[in-house]
Amino acid sequence: MALSYLRSSSSSSANLKLLSSAVSIRRPISTDTTPITVETSVPFTAHQCEAPSRSVETSSSELLNFFRNMALMRRMEIAADSLYKAKLIRGFCHLYDGQEAVASGMEAAITKKDCIITAYRDHCIFMGRGGTLLEVFAELMGRRAGCSKGKGGSMHCYKKDSNFYGGHGIVGAQVPLGCGLAFAQKYSKDETVTFALYGDGAANQGQLFEALNISALWDLPAILVCENNHYGMGTAEWRASKSPAYYKRGDYAPGLKVDGMDVLAVKQACKFAKEHALKNGPIILEMDTYRYHGHSMSDPGSTYRTRDEISGVRQERDPIERVRKLILSHDLATEKELKDIEKEMRKEVDDAIAQAKESPMPEPSELFTNVYAKGLGVESFGADRKEVRATLP
Amino acid sequence: MAAIFHGVGAAASLSLSPSNSFDSNKSVFSPRRSFSARKGASFAVVRSEGTVNLNLKGRRAQQLISNAVATTADSIDASSSSKPGHELLLFEALQEGLEEEMERDPRVCVMGEDVGHYGGSYKVTKELAKKFGDLRVLDTPIAENSFTGMGIGAAMTGLRPVVEGMNMGFLLLAFNQISNNCGMLHYTSGGQFTIPIVIRGPGGVGRQLGAEHSQRLESYFQSIPGIQMVACSTPYNAKGLMKAAIRSENPVILFEHVLLYNLKERIPDEDYICNLEEAEMVRPGEHVTILTYSRMRYHVMQAAKTLVNKGYDPEVIDIRSLKPFDLYTIGNSVKKTHRVLIVEECMRTGGIGASLTAAITENFNDYLDAPIVCLSSQDVPTPYAGTLEEVTVVQPAQIVTAVEQLCK
Repeated sequence: MALSYLRSSSSSSANLKLLSSAVSIRRPISTDTTPITVETSVPFTAHQCEAPSRSVETSSSELLNFFRNMALMRRMEIAADSLYKAKLIRGFCHLYDGQEAVASGMEAAITKKDCIITAYRDHCIFMGRGGTLLEVFAELMGRRAGCSKGKGGSMHCYKKDSNFYGGHGIVGAQVPLGCGLAFAQKYSKDETVTFALYGDGAANQGQLFEALNISALWDLPAILVCENNHYGMGTAEWRASKSPAYYKRGDYAPGLKVDGMDVLAVKQACKFAKEHALKNGPIILEMDTYRYHGHSMSDPGSTYRTRDEISGVRQERDPIERVRKLILSHDLATEKELKDIEKEMRKEVDDAIAQAKESPMPEPSELFTNVYAKGLGVESFGADRKEVRATLP
Repeated sequence: MAAIFHGVGAAASLSLSPSNSFDSNKSVFSPRRSFSARKGASFAVVRSEGTVNLNLKGRRAQQLISNAVATTADSIDASSSSKPGHELLLFEALQEGLEEEMERDPRVCVMGEDVGHYGGSYKVTKELAKKFGDLRVLDTPIAENSFTGMGIGAAMTGLRPVVEGMNMGFLLLAFNQISNNCGMLHYTSGGQFTIPIVIRGPGGVGRQLGAEHSQRLESYFQSIPGIQMVACSTPYNAKGLMKAAIRSENPVILFEHVLLYNLKERIPDEDYICNLEEAEMVRPGEHVTILTYSRMRYHVMQAAKTLVNKGYDPEVIDIRSLKPFDLYTIGNSVKKTHRVLIVEECMRTGGIGASLTAAITENFNDYLDAPIVCLSSQDVPTPYAGTLEEVTVVQPAQIVTAVEQLCK
């Protein structure tokens, strides 16, 4: 197998690999965990705290996982785009392509016991939390196999068993919920944290500052993550916020500005934030990221920004390309292998879509299920119910 | 009278109930059982500290007309036990219910403005912070939107917060959280999350509190799918509804009334709850069904006294459950009397009475001999001047006139 060109690398393990690869035909790429140290693209900017180091420890298997996951997310979002245009997905559909590094990097730094809550751009974060493609596509198409049984839609993906709390349509309302999750974690002494994600548009919501105030007062392990993609639907950040330094907006709460297109920087920042929040209370992370699509499928995305800007970011800062370059430069896989992974992801997505299309719509009786939880004497009766007295548990 | 109760509580021996983990820091209200994590079903008979009481007058079984003045009330309730209980005021009943539930289940916590160190602006959470600590009785800053949201977020993980709005009107600021997140999350997540939260607070027209502090939010919240609404009116049902609301897996909004906090009643000693969807038969009768809730119950009972003297026999039902309506009890009553009068404190437009009228008309139209009459408050902001405020709400004289008209 022809080797891709080698760049001089700082770690000695790469040299070892160079030797070994000259000898072996195929080395196991995805299970190698020898540490590789990489520098983030830009240093972190800190507010009221010490910035973490720029050097991030990673490994071959982790980098390949990043590539695989981000490629899957990218494929999924692009497929959702075509499904929407084919009118199989209706209503609102907010796509996450361009921002995959935030979802992947965060997952690498935390466990499934930590909670994540986000706004409506939630498909990829749901995937990161362990959701399946079928669940996403079925939910988007309103089928029974969807994660919320087809009753939630694009903006309401939830996964309770891996502590993913959604999926919320009202801008900013998820942040107090997220602080409530952090409160519950502190109450139950779990030693876990909550990541409450919001956008640059939501950063101007009052309830955010209210919740931050309460979290700081009660020392809650809440991490507020601003996914700053520089546009609140059609309004650029300089037109919406007097102070676009969202990581500083917390005032008394420490903040960190992170390059959100660099998955390793995101991972480092989230790890740092988790340790910080468990000791010192809330912290704000600002992820400097970008979305290629418009705000939602009904927004072309080019009336408030130029196509040159979009393609410029795609060329210079695309998160998947960055990881690809990293993998190739450290000779962890060949171009062809990476292309094969992408093809594999494409096939997975196509299979899932085909399966989701087969899935049936919810039954009409499902309209009335799950409005109330059945519990202590709770039955919604019509005019002719049998008499039931409440029973103690 | 409240002082006597507290005195008795303090004097009574704290060793009445065996408690292994008795903390000397705890307050006058002795724990009725040792504080333990809730492990499955257990039904315990609860002893109160005031059992050695002065005059043990039992409940009169079928007392027909209660004294409708707001300071004292004896309420009949067929389901209460005939054992002598203990007397207390409505806010103390709420506190007792809350305290018992907090002891029983460590996941119950209280959040609100001034509920902790201050003891609650209406003393419902008095002494609880001393007993349970700052992590279970939480003083929040004045940020209704976010602390209601936080309560809902905590409920999503399985905690059972009781969120207090200092006045129900302030919860308008949290409307988004209550409507979208509290009510709808169980549905939009396909049943994954339940929100066992209780949102409570005093509302209603008080004594010259002004327009913004005299709001009746039951009419605003009634369309939100997924929540339950109950209104308490006596110490007995206040304690029962509070306990049932905390134990319910659904979000429950418990409406209290500012003027009813000092009602006194004798309630049973043992553990009891009130069914959340059940209405209460206050006074059985034959001629006309009067449906009411919260403070208007007392205006109706006062009018009922006059009506009985005039020879009418009204059936008074305290509907208690504002969402969903207890159409079973109401339906049976309508089938018996064929005339309905609704007396409520909500405004005319879009209030509980309006929905109830629609519900009864849809379901029981064939049984009605006359159109439903609904007496509600005027569609005006509540004025400050006493005379004007009186005219804003329904008064007993109007109720008497309406019944006379209806029964012609």
